[in-house]
Amino acid sequence: MMTAPSATATERLEVRADSDVVRVRQLVRTVAQQARLSLVDQTKLVTAASELARNTLVYGGGGEVEVELVADGRRSGVRAVFSDEGPGIADLDLALTDGWTSGNGLGLGLSGSRRLVEQFSIDTAPGAGTRVEIVTWSR
Amino acid sequence: MSDAVPILKIGSTLLVSIQVDLQDDTALQLQEDLAERITRTGARGVVIDISGLEIVDSFIGRMLASVAAISRVLDAQTVVVGMRPAVAITMVELGLSLGGVRTALDVERGLAMLAPAHESAESVLLAAAAERESR
Repeated sequence: MMTAPSATATERLEVRADSDVVRVRQLVRTVAQQARLSLVDQTKLVTAASELARNTLVYGGGGEVEVELVADGRRSGVRAVFSDEGPGIADLDLALTDGWTSGNGLGLGLSGSRRLVEQFSIDTAPGAGTRVEIVTWSR
Repeated sequence: MSDAVPILKIGSTLLVSIQVDLQDDTALQLQEDLAERITRTGARGVVIDISGLEIVDSFIGRMLASVAAISRVLDAQTVVVGMRPAVAITMVELGLSLGGVRTALDVERGLAMLAPAHESAESVLLAAAAERESR
């Protein structure tokens, strides 16, 4: 059994327009099916990806998304990384609070998507862009 | 910009069936188109069928809540129908409650939900007509 998750396929998409957010959803859906996630887990993951891709577009000023099928020897899963070179997030705790938004959204994008996936990590600093990584494994 | 979502009119009800993966600008366009059609046609009800939607994220959820609020101000009722079970589970976990939005399991039940008001209006007219005839 491998210790570190190994990638078996990687796809990269640019996020520059509304239509790209739809493409990210479709790609994540395809990989989630390859990973044999349940329908509910697929739906949660795709919804989280939609929120995060929109954040990349709206708050990050555009960026890219990497989606890969991963395996840890007994399970398969999907890892998606959303990165932008936007203004970054100054107060991460605040940004992860339900209902808080720096724009005119509902303030559910970050906090809500964190609840929808198994692993969620975020790397950001003012002026240094934002990188969000999510992973969901098959059961 | 992708294609607009068609709006059908059945009696005094507008029916929208979303069959595409909605991108944000299309969702906003639908919201505007519905408001315009309600005022132009005097529709009293709007049924939005989302059985074709694989996800409802915060943007689409907000659009549905906005349509319900806008139509209420324009004297029409909105019913959202056909939500998939996985979508409902995900939406609740995301933190979206769709407060203020009436829902039904399918189009038929949605239309029935909007019908009683029309039916009672109809029955009032029929009763009035019957009364005139009996004089």
